[in-house]
Amino acid sequence: MVKDLSVQLGGLRLNNPVIPASGTFGFGLELAEDMDLNVLGGISLKGTTREARYGNPVPRIADCTSGMINSVGLQNPGIDVLVNEKVPALRKIYNGAIIANISGFSVEEYRENCAKADACEGIDLIEVNVSCPNVHGGGLAFGTSAQSAAQVTAAVKEVCHNKPVFIKLSPNVTDIVEIARACEDAGADGLTLVNTFLAMRIDMVRRKPVLANTLGGFSGPAIFPIALRMVYQVAHACHIPIMGCGGVSSARDVVEMMMAGATAVQVGAENLRNPFACPEIIEELPSVMEELHIDSLKDIIACI
Amino acid sequence: MKKKVYKIETNRLIAADTYELVLSGEGPVGGEFVHLEIPPYFLRRPFSVCDTSESGLTLLYKTVGQGTRTLAALPKGTSMNVLTGLGKGFSADACQTSALLVGGGLGAAPLYLLAKKLHKQGKHITAVLGFNKADEIVLRKEFEALCDKVAITTLDGSVGIKGFVTDALQAMMLNYDFFYTCGPMVMMKAVCGVLSGPGEASLEERMGCGAGFCYGCTIQTTRGPRRVCKDGPVFKKEEIVW
Repeated sequence: MVKDLSVQLGGLRLNNPVIPASGTFGFGLELAEDMDLNVLGGISLKGTTREARYGNPVPRIADCTSGMINSVGLQNPGIDVLVNEKVPALRKIYNGAIIANISGFSVEEYRENCAKADACEGIDLIEVNVSCPNVHGGGLAFGTSAQSAAQVTAAVKEVCHNKPVFIKLSPNVTDIVEIARACEDAGADGLTLVNTFLAMRIDMVRRKPVLANTLGGFSGPAIFPIALRMVYQVAHACHIPIMGCGGVSSARDVVEMMMAGATAVQVGAENLRNPFACPEIIEELPSVMEELHIDSLKDIIACI
Repeated sequence: MKKKVYKIETNRLIAADTYELVLSGEGPVGGEFVHLEIPPYFLRRPFSVCDTSESGLTLLYKTVGQGTRTLAALPKGTSMNVLTGLGKGFSADACQTSALLVGGGLGAAPLYLLAKKLHKQGKHITAVLGFNKADEIVLRKEFEALCDKVAITTLDGSVGIKGFVTDALQAMMLNYDFFYTCGPMVMMKAVCGVLSGPGEASLEERMGCGAGFCYGCTIQTTRGPRRVCKDGPVFKKEEIVW
């Protein structure tokens, strides 16, 4: 029997639930020559701020057991280049869901950036990043309290009339369910969870942190069970759709994340060690579905 | 960029802490470097391509960390998952007639691939290769077969000129229209300071994806932010902010 991989996410139909996570796939264009992007259910673009940013000094990357730490620090060309150049260029070659990942250093900046993304024809969904651990005074600062996460959500919802708005949450909090509920109450159309875990490594020979920024965000297979738990908890507390993210590295992980409550699934760190991870996972999904007696992926969302 | 599987043909110690890894199976590679998966490490490790052949490629590496020590223990026949065709290499065409190659330690490895290209183009090559001591010297005979002149420097004076490559460069009568350098950052900075005229240097940085989409290795250049893995690793002398 032909397997149905399609899902409905915030009013969009995705051919399959697999989406490269923000920051692990550039603006899609970087990989256009290496693979057929159109096999991807969606692409979450690199996090974007109002002004162009260089990001943090190098080294920005540290290897770990079952994962890695990054402290890229939102290097991006700014929202105007995103909506005027990057998205139109990607739209020409890609038919799936284009997800703009928006960051900011103030509620006002989030609002301005989201308004521009909402007005951009090529963008299908807006993912608001209140969880980047790598910038000071922005990102994570808004995602660690229910009150400020709700404030950002309400502000961007005021200006987003065309596109669904998902809030991307941080796992670096005491109670992610409380923050998820606050975002839902403030009008979020969906949630992405989770972003990276605040972490560090030390170069013991030089007696210095490996990362120039000292701290960064940890991701990779090691966080999968924790991310899965958070998706499960939030899915049982909220009624809006979830993009599950965190340590997903195989088709089996995608299925497990969906059973926990995810409608779509983002793949992050795995892309860095295998740029072909997403197409390979999508290719592998039908055989895993066959083995688990699944005809349509829609049937397993939040089934436990 | 292509993901390929090669088999280890040889993996042998050729100098102090220095190994030659010959991979074969899926044909020659393009690009300046390859990204090797070394289980159980999560991220791949980047290595400059030293030589290519009909069946594969040769890499030189030093055991400087856990990843390279694990690599050194892998026997002949081991399958290696390799991303190939990465990075922008030296521009051999930028040299008109005479090239100067300046290597520090294993910086000699990618310069050897360049020397083969330049030699094929009929260009005159002078190579200055610096090492800490005699037992670290690599590729000397290989360079001598391709170059008009090869000068070796060692810090302890055990072989060739005693001192840094810059000491040799200042002592030699140099005739070149373009220079190329690869080695430690501090060495390349000194080389670019001492040498007049146009040139290129190959930089090194901790990488994530190695293919230009994670922005983990972005450096500031005089022309703005550039990714070492994709826009480099080779940059023009005037682009580099030391």
